[in-house]
Amino acid sequence: MIDFLAMGGYWPYVWGSYLVMAGLLLVEMIQLRYRRRSLMGWIRRMARLRAQEERQ
Amino acid sequence: MSERGIQWFRFTAPANFYDLAGRLIPWFAAVTVALFAVGLYLGLVVAPPDYQQGDSYRIIYIHVPTAWMGMFLYVLMAVYAAIGLIWRIKMADVMAKAIAPTGALFTFLSLWTGALWGRPTWGVYWVWDARLTSMLILLFLYLGYMALHAAIDDRQRASNASAVLAMVGVVNVPIIYFSVQWWNTLHQGASITVTDAPTMATIMFVTLMIMVLAAWMYSVTVVLARARVELLERERNARWVQERLEGGSK
Repeated sequence: MIDFLAMGGYWPYVWGSYLVMAGLLLVEMIQLRYRRRSLMGWIRRMARLRAQEERQ
Repeated sequence: MSERGIQWFRFTAPANFYDLAGRLIPWFAAVTVALFAVGLYLGLVVAPPDYQQGDSYRIIYIHVPTAWMGMFLYVLMAVYAAIGLIWRIKMADVMAKAIAPTGALFTFLSLWTGALWGRPTWGVYWVWDARLTSMLILLFLYLGYMALHAAIDDRQRASNASAVLAMVGVVNVPIIYFSVQWWNTLHQGASITVTDAPTMATIMFVTLMIMVLAAWMYSVTVVLARARVELLERERNARWVQERLEGGSK
């Protein structure tokens, strides 16, 4: 296990590449989900407002 | 117009695209996860160390896929941008705009992993050689496209102006590809070409192709998801959006 993590002494380069890639892909997906959620919230709020106006 | 023509244009209609993409995304996501799992296992555990570079060469399994995706996605973005500009198809602009951030991300990652691979093999993180410099320009082209699209309020004008930028910038892609032949670069030449057998061990080649496919599937998944959000943003007052929200669609 230690051998695997050490990557023959190249661990800063190998893991520095793989982890940064994993991290950034994760950030991209989270950011997209957040953008979608806040937009959905906005559309729902507007729909509620419109429905209220129609009732009045 | 023929029946087929009508069928083809059906998927450019926002509501149809939205539904179809929504159904496809979970499948693409599942394939992405499976490919990355296999590719990472083969690349980090199964494949033997390189006889010259030791374990540092394992960066190739993400360096090459990210660099290829950076270039592929740029061409794809430019094609969509051109379709949107020439035929005034709004969906094409949505697709081009949805591709840009993922393309920029992959281009950045190829530069990042390249720097971390360059240090142990060349002794430097960065040199201003033709391959590296043209790849950096690709990143700036992506960023320029996104900035221009965001800077213009009028949607049609934003789409037109950024489409022209995307199309002009496409000349950079062959420059990147042939840079290692045209100039003396520190970056090595291509190990994998269409015409010749790859100059690497079979296990390495297979692993690399799995990782390339994984990067493709990831891109398809994320770009479709982003295109859906983009579409919702643009059409938020349209009837089909309201219908889908009332239907409890996620």
